[in-house]
Amino acid sequence: MTSLSPGLLLLFGAALLPLLPARPRDGVLLGLPLLTLAAVWAVPDGDALRVAFLGLELVPVRGTGVGRLFATVFALMAFTGALYALRQARLVEQVAAQVYAGGAIGVTFAGDLVTLFVFWELMALGSTLVIWSANTPQAYRASLRYLMVHLFGGVVLMAGIAGHFVETGSVAFTAMQPDSPARWLILVGFLINTGAPPLSSWVPDAYPEASPSGAVFLSAFTTKTAVFALLVGFPGATVLVWVGLWMIFYGIVYALLENDMRRILAYSIVNQVGFMVCGIGIGTAMALNGAAAHAFAHIIYKALLLMSAGAVLHMTGRRKCSELGGLYQSMPLTTLCGIVGALAISSFPFTSGFVSKSMIVQSTVDEHLATIWFLLIAASAGVFLHAGIKFPWFVFFQKDSGLRPPDPPWNMRAAMVLFAFLCIALGIFPQPLYALLPFPVEYEPYTATHLVAQFQLLLFSGLAFFTLLSLMRRTETISLDFDWFYRRFAKEPLLKFTLRGSNSRERFVAAARRRVDGVIARLFRTHGPHGMLADNWPTGSMVLWVAVLLALMLLVSYL
Amino acid sequence: MIDEHLPVLQVVVPLLAAPMCLLLGRGTLAWGLATAVGWFALYVALSLLGSVPAGGEIRYALGGWAAPWGIEYRVDRLDSYVLVIVAAVGALVLTYARASVAREIARHQHAAFYAALLLCLAGLLGIVITGDAFNLFVFLEISSLSSYALISLGRDRRALTASYQYLIMGTLGATFILIGVGLLYMVTGTLNMLDLAERLPALGDNRTVLAAFAFLVVGICLKIALFPLHLWLPNAYAYAPSVVTAFLAGTATKVAIYVLLRFLFTIFGAGFSFSGMLLSALLMVLALLGVLVASTVAIFQNDVKRMLAYSSVAQIGYIVLGISLVSVTGLTAALVHLFNHAVMKAALFLALGAVVYRVGGARLEDMKGLGRAMPLTLAAFVAGGLSLIGVPLTAGFISKWYLVLAALEAGWWPIALLVLIGSLLAVVYVWRVVETAYMQPRPAGAAAVSEAPWHMLLPIWALVVANVWLGIDTDLTVGIAGGVAVELLGGAP
Repeated sequence: MTSLSPGLLLLFGAALLPLLPARPRDGVLLGLPLLTLAAVWAVPDGDALRVAFLGLELVPVRGTGVGRLFATVFALMAFTGALYALRQARLVEQVAAQVYAGGAIGVTFAGDLVTLFVFWELMALGSTLVIWSANTPQAYRASLRYLMVHLFGGVVLMAGIAGHFVETGSVAFTAMQPDSPARWLILVGFLINTGAPPLSSWVPDAYPEASPSGAVFLSAFTTKTAVFALLVGFPGATVLVWVGLWMIFYGIVYALLENDMRRILAYSIVNQVGFMVCGIGIGTAMALNGAAAHAFAHIIYKALLLMSAGAVLHMTGRRKCSELGGLYQSMPLTTLCGIVGALAISSFPFTSGFVSKSMIVQSTVDEHLATIWFLLIAASAGVFLHAGIKFPWFVFFQKDSGLRPPDPPWNMRAAMVLFAFLCIALGIFPQPLYALLPFPVEYEPYTATHLVAQFQLLLFSGLAFFTLLSLMRRTETISLDFDWFYRRFAKEPLLKFTLRGSNSRERFVAAARRRVDGVIARLFRTHGPHGMLADNWPTGSMVLWVAVLLALMLLVSYL
Repeated sequence: MIDEHLPVLQVVVPLLAAPMCLLLGRGTLAWGLATAVGWFALYVALSLLGSVPAGGEIRYALGGWAAPWGIEYRVDRLDSYVLVIVAAVGALVLTYARASVAREIARHQHAAFYAALLLCLAGLLGIVITGDAFNLFVFLEISSLSSYALISLGRDRRALTASYQYLIMGTLGATFILIGVGLLYMVTGTLNMLDLAERLPALGDNRTVLAAFAFLVVGICLKIALFPLHLWLPNAYAYAPSVVTAFLAGTATKVAIYVLLRFLFTIFGAGFSFSGMLLSALLMVLALLGVLVASTVAIFQNDVKRMLAYSSVAQIGYIVLGISLVSVTGLTAALVHLFNHAVMKAALFLALGAVVYRVGGARLEDMKGLGRAMPLTLAAFVAGGLSLIGVPLTAGFISKWYLVLAALEAGWWPIALLVLIGSLLAVVYVWRVVETAYMQPRPAGAAAVSEAPWHMLLPIWALVVANVWLGIDTDLTVGIAGGVAVELLGGAP
């Protein structure tokens, strides 16, 4: 039992689900992740299973501390997500979500790159089905775009793995450096799944189109599995620092421009994963601990935020900030949970985000990386603005939209309360989490200076937001907060660029689409059913080809 | 007693059963006999595979006339490997055939149909097993003539034209092979393959030998349907009866590739065939063009059968690409894909045959909404499609893996990339079918469709299971192919 990958439990369980009647199915849906959690902790350290395959030495199951950390939070997520989706989601979504979670857990135990790749692709398949099962035309198209990006990522990764094998003769999944084309390809394959530039937009493109519960699952697995892969595969690769910083600011800027509440949260996934990627790039024990801890905490609070957004969507059917507001009156529990999540993502003291993100920031101090430290601190303020205040304010407070939906059904409430509890519990008692981290932790988040600094940061950001609010009331448009930033924070170069970028993006996309259409039309002319290469040829022309080839062969042989 | 005659039984039993099918006259009886013979052939092939030692061979002198005067049957590991492919596809297709043939072919032609199919099987098995170059040509003609007849039995009247074109091209190919063999006979005075292999090196760069080589390579490439000599294939596959398409796709081109390997590596020897890298470069370029062009053409096809036919041309490109790398890994990839492609294409064409059986056509619009109406058939199609793409845990992945490894070993990064691009193109054309079958509703007013009968599903799913099995347990394919590749390149096994 212990020698098989715990991810397989979920995969085989998922295959059983459609065969079961409704009642027992609920039990299996909730029981499987818990069983998996037990299995995760039953895997001993070191190689638990070795298989020789195609002349490769495969290690489908290897117990490691960091793998167990990620597997634990993935199993927790699978349980809470299943609880949240229990009554509302379609069966196909529930099955796909289990496959998806199983793939993610499989990756965390992979001791070699081939096993990793297999589970990686299973995950792509499961997540595509999760998006697709929202059953709307937009979701269908988004799922196709999503699949294309991930298939491309898979091809890049596969090519990298093959090249790496040819160079080193080993497929072991250990720390590498991007020092050859093959390992660069592996790195790029991993980064595509983190939502790194230039393909970041698959995250905000696909996730908000999923069903309320689907988005919760999606927020947890793909990007964090990629963080895990980077953490094990490329710790200390300097390029990751800059990739991570780019993701952080990309997420903030676009989230500030956005009106769709779940798209705001999707952009903020890119932003938060950016912190982790940056930490992995710094590569010290403190930074890697911070990245791992932040991934753990992030899965929980981001799922919580998306659950509260999903609850609103489920009860009101609306997703735009400008159409929502004032929901605190009738959805007090959802509001409370949303606020807890928002505080956690802003690293408010006594929440999980505080104890994890500060480790990444601390590592820049330890290494005397002043520029990066400054950028991370600025970004922390930005996170508070776009996710910490903007999301709860516009959805639950702001103007009164006149909507009075009640809180969502019991299972959704229970799932939210569970994760809200974890957010706070981890914030107050970080030691159990620290004990799970890959390196020994000598870090105390609750020092007086740190608390004061963090409160200062948050208070001034909050102040800034509410200063903006008066401007907001006058015009009631979202674009103003963008305007405001760009005057106030003197980030002109960056923001002007994105402003112009977002205007010209439409034109660029249109031009690109025309070009692609043109290429396809040209291909169709030659390769289409009546194109030269596919049409029915007269027999004489076929024979001509034979003659040409024979002449060529004779010529070649005689030369 | 029987065991020592296995090599000849492999060919003689189907050959003699063919006229018996005609004598039986009734469709069902003929089918029963043909199927029994098909399974017997598979049994013989498997026993031969089991009894051929690695690096050794079984020799059988026909009628007791010792080689090189008499005709000799020779079975080494490569022979028995290809025999198993041909016999296995034959047995499964025959098992499947009854209902499909009853639906697609006029009643009075059933007995003749099974006779022709058995003749074709006997011819293909004969090509593989014989150790005599002229005997090979005879079997080639037996299999070709019967396949022209089989293709012309298609319901669509265009089947006649397709069959006629295949006849012209096939005859041309066979003639080239005959000319090649004749020229070799002229300079060496022998037709026995081993004898030829012994005597040719002494002749060096003899002009006659070079001409024979050119004629043989072009003639065989015609039968392989290597781009741009593939033009006969799409129509032949598209308009032939479903059973015939599945059978030919799984066997005929595979045997032709076997013939190419035999001539290039055993008779002429790798040193002669690939001296100066010119043949290698030619094959590589044509194979890559074939992969890219045929895959792109497949994307735009509306007839799914035709689409799969073009995909076959692309897959043949992969196999020839593996050969053109002239390395152990490259040959292993080619041989593994020989097996895997036979399994996946047979599964796909048989699943498509089940669709034709229920719906009456294989155009894309015929497949609308079938995902719900025929879940098992379409699931099999999807599984075959995944293998075609090369998704891990399917047979197709193993082939692609070795091919990419071989390309990287030779330092050809761009080729590895092109192989992977080919896979992406396969994603697109397989996806078109999946999208139509699963995402679109049955057209309003279309007749209700039910799942294919179990006796059709059984062989289809046997092939699907084989697809997954060969993707996980590679002892049969990679194990044998690896050894054969070393033998072909002249090393110790």
